[in-house]
Amino acid sequence: MREISGAMRGEWKDETGDAMAPTPGLVLEGVSHLFGAFKVVDDVHLTVASGEVMCLLGPSGCGKTTTLRIAAGLEHPTAGRVSVGGAVVADRSTNIPPERRRLGFLFQDYALFPHLTVADNVAFGLAGWPAAERGARVAEVLEQVGMKPYAHSYPHMLSGGQQQRVALARALAPKPRLMLLDEPFSGLDTRLRDQVRDQTLHVLKGSGVATLMVTHDPEEAMFMADRIAVMRNGRIVQVGRPVDLYCHPVDAFVTSFFGYVNRLEGMVSEGGVETPFGRLDARNLPDGSAVEILIRPEALHLRPSDEDARFAAQVVTSRMLGRTSLVHLCVGDVASHHVHLHSRMPGRFLPSEGEIMEVVLDRSQVFVFPSEGTN
Amino acid sequence: MAGWTIPIVVVAAFVATPVLVVAAHMFMPAGEVWAHLAATVLPRYVANSLWLMLGVGAGTLVIGVGTAWLVTMCRFPGDRLFEWALLLPLAVPAYVIAYTYTGLLDYSGPVQSFLREFFGWASARDYWFPETRSLGGAVTMFTLTLYPYVYMLSRAAFLEQSVCVLEASRTLGCGPWKSFRSVAMPLARPAIAAGLALALMETLNDFGTVHFFAVDTFTTGIYRTWLGLNEPGVAAQLGAVLMLFILALVTLERWSRGRGRVHHTTSRYRRLPRFRLSGMRATLAVLACLAPLTCGFLLPAAVLGKWAFESAQTSADTRFWQLMANSFTLATTAAVVAVAVALMLAYGQRLNATRANAAAVRIASLGYAVPGSVIAVGTLVPLAWLDNTVDSVMRDVFGVATGLLLTGSLVALVYAYLVRFLAISLNTVEASLSKITAGMEGAARTLGHGTFSTLRRVHIPIMRGSILTAALLVFVDVMKELPATLIMRPFNFDTLAIRAFEMASDERLADAALPALTIVLVGVLPVVLLSKAIARSRPGEEP
Repeated sequence: MREISGAMRGEWKDETGDAMAPTPGLVLEGVSHLFGAFKVVDDVHLTVASGEVMCLLGPSGCGKTTTLRIAAGLEHPTAGRVSVGGAVVADRSTNIPPERRRLGFLFQDYALFPHLTVADNVAFGLAGWPAAERGARVAEVLEQVGMKPYAHSYPHMLSGGQQQRVALARALAPKPRLMLLDEPFSGLDTRLRDQVRDQTLHVLKGSGVATLMVTHDPEEAMFMADRIAVMRNGRIVQVGRPVDLYCHPVDAFVTSFFGYVNRLEGMVSEGGVETPFGRLDARNLPDGSAVEILIRPEALHLRPSDEDARFAAQVVTSRMLGRTSLVHLCVGDVASHHVHLHSRMPGRFLPSEGEIMEVVLDRSQVFVFPSEGTN
Repeated sequence: MAGWTIPIVVVAAFVATPVLVVAAHMFMPAGEVWAHLAATVLPRYVANSLWLMLGVGAGTLVIGVGTAWLVTMCRFPGDRLFEWALLLPLAVPAYVIAYTYTGLLDYSGPVQSFLREFFGWASARDYWFPETRSLGGAVTMFTLTLYPYVYMLSRAAFLEQSVCVLEASRTLGCGPWKSFRSVAMPLARPAIAAGLALALMETLNDFGTVHFFAVDTFTTGIYRTWLGLNEPGVAAQLGAVLMLFILALVTLERWSRGRGRVHHTTSRYRRLPRFRLSGMRATLAVLACLAPLTCGFLLPAAVLGKWAFESAQTSADTRFWQLMANSFTLATTAAVVAVAVALMLAYGQRLNATRANAAAVRIASLGYAVPGSVIAVGTLVPLAWLDNTVDSVMRDVFGVATGLLLTGSLVALVYAYLVRFLAISLNTVEASLSKITAGMEGAARTLGHGTFSTLRRVHIPIMRGSILTAALLVFVDVMKELPATLIMRPFNFDTLAIRAFEMASDERLADAALPALTIVLVGVLPVVLLSKAIARSRPGEEP
């Protein structure tokens, strides 16, 4: 667990990568990739330590899958250097093919071989092993993922979740230095997904392998990852522990990627910006610049209004969403035009339409960034 | 991975050479012989070819589209049986059916003999009977054996049509006939054009029928110029003109596909609502399907069977087994080579999908559109040059005459088959390869297997069925092939097709029956495969 805790320290940016564990599972340095004239991956720096689970998170088309395929050797980067287990596998002059990189790849569609049994699928990567060891290893990993009873079944006889576990076992069997997972849970239905996610996380953590996983689902990333790298337009925007990204996002994109946010516009004056719920600090932004104010719905705490309420809002409607309740609010702001906001309250909280509520702002969940147009 | 580009381009160039050699002859200076041909026989070749195409085009369209519409859209007794049985004439090469009908309908054949006896006619002057060995006869033979191409593709197109479109047409007040004319036909037009193009290419490719019927076309002209006049260059020039016809067909097919982009807006399939026919209509539908099936397969096969049985004493001798052995060896070799090359091209292109590779693979599969006689010429011209060069070099340097090493060898023949039939194996292999996901390939690679090991342990086992199908298709086509075999075979090397051709040319039709029947029986195999594929391709309908 030593490496993991090392990784858990979490850093905002991986500038050198060497500062992490002694032999990182994967190091990407200045990796770029062009498809024609289009830069899919743009100067990516990333380090995944042994035993660490790193998630590449981003919207579709942000280059995260290409980054993963570059790590695997299924694509050759246009520029930059890739190292696996401390050895350079791709740079300007090197291009080690995937079969010699000693890594495991879990594909989105699992890519099980339909003509082989579960056991033969798992044994596929153990071609050079002595027969006895091979058999033992197959049994061991199948046991690990709980698929031993199905060793002689064929892939089409298995459910989606079972196929996923076989694919995981197959990728882990040759004891790879690095595991690469491409949206491994997207083929499963929601109910099954949570369970399979949990099992996968424990199997990966148990094997102590460095893991890079691609996903577009922030909740999944936060569940699986020790650290998350958020990607956008081919670039890594921010790297850090889930809590860092959620509580200290570097820009509006990262903030809104982790869930719905209320967006307000404002102007900086004298190191601050006015909102319907009070003045916010904006000392690091120049006076007179346009800013975006992002307020998470859970930052707007509501309570019954009394005489000396400083900030109030009118309830438009309220809905029970399960564990939380969503309240639609209307605020007449300073310039006296109406702003529509969402507040999320724990449990059952259903004020009636038209009711005036007092709003208390949780400032740790409010972020001020320069407007997208100006940066 | 880049290691695959060079072999792909080399193989593609190798396969494309004969076609390019013939095409190059288009620009060769026309010699005296050419001038003579152009003045005497060329107009006849062109006229005959055009009449053949016109007749066969009309005939295959009517029979092919008509029967396809009946079996897909109507319910009548035996419709499921006809669905695949209508493909059976595909098993019969046109020259085989030509020999059969000639034997059946000639002056001395059973039909005319019966008529004479029945009506008491004494000689041919007493009555009129259509001449089998004529342009019209050739058109009939081709129509009967080639309509399945149009049938197969238009049927597939009708099946693919969304029920919703047809139902919309019905609710808008169009009856079944109007729906057919104004909705189904226009939607199926590209597929029908493709089937028609295939049928016409086969018509132009034919040598056996037109030679037997003495309808002079380019293929007989090439044969005569090459072997009679000993003018390979002129033969190649004739081949080049023939290729212009093929090019026109291909262009026409592309054009009909491109105009007014036909595609289906919905992908919702439901049980095709078939029009239930009964009484008189059902009888007519059965007859309409039974007629081409009977004339194109049942009757000729029965007649051949009778003749073969009667002549078995004399023709099923050791020589016949030798013919079988020759045909099977040749066809098996060609099938193995064609599948191996197809696998290499398709897999290599998949690993390394550059534009150059894609172009190389497409060029390599051009041969299927090119008639066998043209390919024979295109193969022999460069091989003869190679042989002569090697011979003269060896003579100059070592004082040894090597003679003709490749020309007239089995290697050259297999090479010609590869050029002609590679497209068949390539299409089958490519279709099957596309079903293996990129993930499976990636999984095998990341699990430590290189490209060859992945091909051997993942692709080939998964594609086994399709690889066998591809091999079978090439095998059967080689068994049937006549013109290239006739021109290129080694001296005294006979196959079943050659034997049938020679016996028929000597007016010994009964002796041609056994080899011809064997070819037909082998030809039924891919039809069985096709019918299985058809049974599976019934979207929205319960099996």
